[in-house]
Amino acid sequence: MFDVTVLADYKQEFIDGFLVTLSASVLALGLSLAIGTFIAVLRLSGVRPLEIVGTAYVEFFRNTPIVIQVFLFAIGLPTLGIRFSEFTSGVLGLSIYTGAFIAEALRAGIQSVPKGQMEAARSSGMSYVQAMRYVILPQAFKLVIPPLGNQFVNLVKNSSVLAIIAGGDLLYTADRVSSDTFEVALVYGFVALLYLVITLPLSLGVNWLERRLSKNY
Amino acid sequence: MDLQHTFAPATLRSLMEGLLVTLEVAASAIVLSFVFGIILGILRYTKLPVLSQLAVLYIEVMRNLPLLLIIFFGYFGLRDMGVELPVTMAAIAGLTVFTSALIAEIVRSGLNSVEKGQIEAARAQGFTYVQTLWYIILPQALKRMIPPLVSQFITLVKDTSLAVVISLEEIMHNAQIVYNKYVNATIPLLLLVAFIYFTINYSLSRVSRYLEKRLAG
Repeated sequence: MFDVTVLADYKQEFIDGFLVTLSASVLALGLSLAIGTFIAVLRLSGVRPLEIVGTAYVEFFRNTPIVIQVFLFAIGLPTLGIRFSEFTSGVLGLSIYTGAFIAEALRAGIQSVPKGQMEAARSSGMSYVQAMRYVILPQAFKLVIPPLGNQFVNLVKNSSVLAIIAGGDLLYTADRVSSDTFEVALVYGFVALLYLVITLPLSLGVNWLERRLSKNY
Repeated sequence: MDLQHTFAPATLRSLMEGLLVTLEVAASAIVLSFVFGIILGILRYTKLPVLSQLAVLYIEVMRNLPLLLIIFFGYFGLRDMGVELPVTMAAIAGLTVFTSALIAEIVRSGLNSVEKGQIEAARAQGFTYVQTLWYIILPQALKRMIPPLVSQFITLVKDTSLAVVISLEEIMHNAQIVYNKYVNATIPLLLLVAFIYFTINYSLSRVSRYLEKRLAG
């Protein structure tokens, strides 16, 4: 029924696609962490106009589809004469989208440490920096790591939008190899396994961390 | 910027028709994935032998795969294996298969968040296990599940745009038809479609926040 030799014939294509998916995810993670931190700082700044900008960013990008955000870079900007490669467009689209979710996770984490903790630390003689370093951040960190991990899993899955703009990722490879060979179900099934190789250990790791961190609170 | 073709009556009518398809597909998938998600979540929570392990397997595989891949498989993969689904059904099926795994996790953690003492108290009163689950645990869990469920539904509304790859005639698809003809309308059209998605999803998230406050009080 399935011609498995196809998988061996296209070995190099699969490896390339896998590496594109991995590098797009890692690059977008770095970029969206930077965007997310910046936006979270805006939202917690206590300066009203900055807070509004931060909130507008988060609400707009997490309530609109990632396809549109990627399309804006890939086919929107070229109509203005600004042209990025498919890969760059994909990474930028992924980053502005994920940045909104990361900002939200960071803000929620820092805000959920009770205010009394800071006051208590300060009144027992710690400086602001010491209180942050030894009291607030370790607690915020525990609350923030699991949602950040989940965002990374989502990022890997969402990187498949590169396929729509011919970004050369794993799903794009599946699309090309399957239309070359007509082994559609086999190729998509195999590529599904390759995605699981990345995402499954990550999300099991996040689950494990979540359980561990919640125990010794 | 070609605003003339972006806001032409014919374009707006076509976008509205696409929006109806988007909402129809999203609503069907929301109802179906809510039903399957609750069943899967309860199976996992109650730890029924074999059944709960199958539920775990399903949940872990599906939520760690890209939705786009599932949509591709549900349409092109199944067609390759001799099962030809109409585009609308393939889109609803793909969205449901993916989202019910995520909803099952929300259901499980909602059920887990109800204190164990509640079960013991109900059992001591003479409730059977099923009665306890139905009358005591589920109502309390559902209340806590509302915010994550609504954000999952928001994600689903956005995700319908991925079905553009199998030419589902939803709003993105209809926008594409226009800007493929009038290239300079690409950016305004993408922004208009983004704004429509934003309006729907932002309203949904406000309703959820309102519900959360009312139920908490």
